[in-house]
Amino acid sequence: MAKTFDKNDDSVVVIVGSGAGGGTLGNELAQKGVNVVCLEAGKRFTLDDIENDWNTMFGRLSWLDARKGTGDLLAGLPLWVCKTVGGTTVHWAGASLRFKEHEFKAKSAYGNIADANLLDWPLDLHEMERFYSMAEDKMGTTGTHGIPRLPGNNNFQVMEYGANALGYKECHTGNMSINSEPRDGRPGCHQIGFCMAGCAIGAKWSILYTEIPKAEATGHFELRPESMVLKINHGKDGKATGVVYVDADGNTQEQKARVVAIAGNAVETPRLLLNSESSMFPDGMANSSGQVGKNFMRHTTATVYATMPGAVYWDRGTQMAGIIMDEVHNNPNRGFVGGYYMQTLPGFGLAWYSGNVGGMSKDSPGKWGRNYTREVVENYRNMAGMWLVGEDMPQEKNGVTLHESEKDQHGLAVPIVNFEDHANDVAMRNHAFIAGSNVYQAGGSKKQYQLGPFPSTHNMGTCRMSKNARDGVCNSTGATHDVPNVFISDGSQFTTGAACNPTLTIVSLAIRQAENMANMLSQNTI
Amino acid sequence: MTKKVSRRTFIQGSATAGVVVAGSSSVILNTKESWALSTETLSADTAQSLLVMARHLYPHDFLGDQYYAEIVSGLDEQAKNDSALAEKLENGVKDLSKVIEGDRTYHLAFKDQSSGLQLENLKRIDGDDFFETVRGATLNGLYGNPRVAAMFGFEGSSVEHGGYINRGFDDIGWLPK
Repeated sequence: MAKTFDKNDDSVVVIVGSGAGGGTLGNELAQKGVNVVCLEAGKRFTLDDIENDWNTMFGRLSWLDARKGTGDLLAGLPLWVCKTVGGTTVHWAGASLRFKEHEFKAKSAYGNIADANLLDWPLDLHEMERFYSMAEDKMGTTGTHGIPRLPGNNNFQVMEYGANALGYKECHTGNMSINSEPRDGRPGCHQIGFCMAGCAIGAKWSILYTEIPKAEATGHFELRPESMVLKINHGKDGKATGVVYVDADGNTQEQKARVVAIAGNAVETPRLLLNSESSMFPDGMANSSGQVGKNFMRHTTATVYATMPGAVYWDRGTQMAGIIMDEVHNNPNRGFVGGYYMQTLPGFGLAWYSGNVGGMSKDSPGKWGRNYTREVVENYRNMAGMWLVGEDMPQEKNGVTLHESEKDQHGLAVPIVNFEDHANDVAMRNHAFIAGSNVYQAGGSKKQYQLGPFPSTHNMGTCRMSKNARDGVCNSTGATHDVPNVFISDGSQFTTGAACNPTLTIVSLAIRQAENMANMLSQNTI
Repeated sequence: MTKKVSRRTFIQGSATAGVVVAGSSSVILNTKESWALSTETLSADTAQSLLVMARHLYPHDFLGDQYYAEIVSGLDEQAKNDSALAEKLENGVKDLSKVIEGDRTYHLAFKDQSSGLQLENLKRIDGDDFFETVRGATLNGLYGNPRVAAMFGFEGSSVEHGGYINRGFDDIGWLPK
């Protein structure tokens, strides 16, 4: 039975959020004997609650509290992330890639890019390699630690054929945290599809059924679901003393803490700091740099769907079934800095696909009518598809602010999330569109649809790491520069975004943070 | 959603539908193809017009009218507790029943217009609130219907069948070797 802690116990580490960052940090600390209270805004589900139904699971898992998107973002749903125990690891596709060496040194590698707020990370790949390896072992990442890669489904085979025809050298089924064979008490993948609706058999690594039960088994970890943190309290010495939250019954509570670690994804993390303003921190907690909520990155993304000459049945099997890695290098001769990956990704069911091709692609014959149904809808079984994901430029104007008057159900100001493409992002996307279309043309496709970004799933940078306190919010351990016992523990701490899917790096940083934090606790430096 | 819809039985083509109106509700039925669409909130004219409209938006020759009728039934169900929606649908159909030819405007029930005229009228209102409401309902009601989606190659839930690991996840045959 999981341990419970007293609300006045000021020796615990309070973690806000139970996703890739918070859930990993919680388990790692608990394994080291550190007492943890994890406050999660969402509900706790089990595998029995995971169905192969897009609409049902979208409603069950998604963060749907009021948010406003501005700039290039969808106004009503700027982000597609989760509000549930396990956070966005319930819905993630499983791609687990390491940063490239140059991606930790974006400022040095790319130089001065106009209107970009680039900075080198205060750590490098050499430092991170040990933690990447530990994360891959924890997550059962294919293609690492002797774990075989997954077999390739039809959608992958179409991509692979085109990649080979074009001379790409690195195309395979990826490094996926989806069991290719039974491991860690979880089964191998059954090629079910619906990965991003949650894996109904638990073959995909998710905090929900890996880190959380392991943490609870230590007797050092308490999870409180449906607990929304409103504010971090601090003492006269400027150190955090606890958090105020609304519990599952709607009652406002305070949990005392020795350390507060925030892992609420790139909108809620800075929002909590901004909402924790006080006379000592008039611009929000840990915000002397003014960088809290700034530099929001979400990757340069796009999608190419292609009508192939035969049936593909792209919904069968893992959604991110394969990858082309050849475009990830930094070659400014292409007209942009940084690189991108091509990863297979089907649509999310017929209804979603039939609405979105018309709504999002200029190549579509309209949105409705006879030509539309013949060309777009009636070719559904013949579609192949890929997602393009690359590094985007941090910009100060992109980020999270609080609405002046509109409040959410807890009385907190509604977050406004702004994102506008940088010229580099646009140039990269256009290059990727052509490269992706070429892959399918090589396989016989006569018609491709190019779709812009969906609501953002990779959210980073809004409380970034920096060597100097003036440039960012936290240091290389994730501890905030201003408040030594408040840590940033999710993708918000990314200095720059690299090209790869962020989860593996979030988990690796959380393992590293747990090691550092446990040392600091035992040495009484926090 | 599908459970609610399947409580009723509709089977029949719209072109030859006979209409029975009882109070504010309506029943559209036809003996030839034997399907029936009953509505509680929407008028018979509105229900029939929405069915015609849904078919114009996302036409598939191999789909019978009963699948489009389910969309109308779903809208009727929603409108029962949403008077603003009911009003929007009734007014939208009235607007579609306006025929504008040069500087002359006259009235002809949308469902009685020629197919070409119906299309012209839909293009006239493309993108307006009513149009987008019906378009969204059609996308979800038609393509979100598992029986319909299966005909297009979206095979739906697979976990109960053991996924596709032994059922063709890698069965592509046409790619050159």
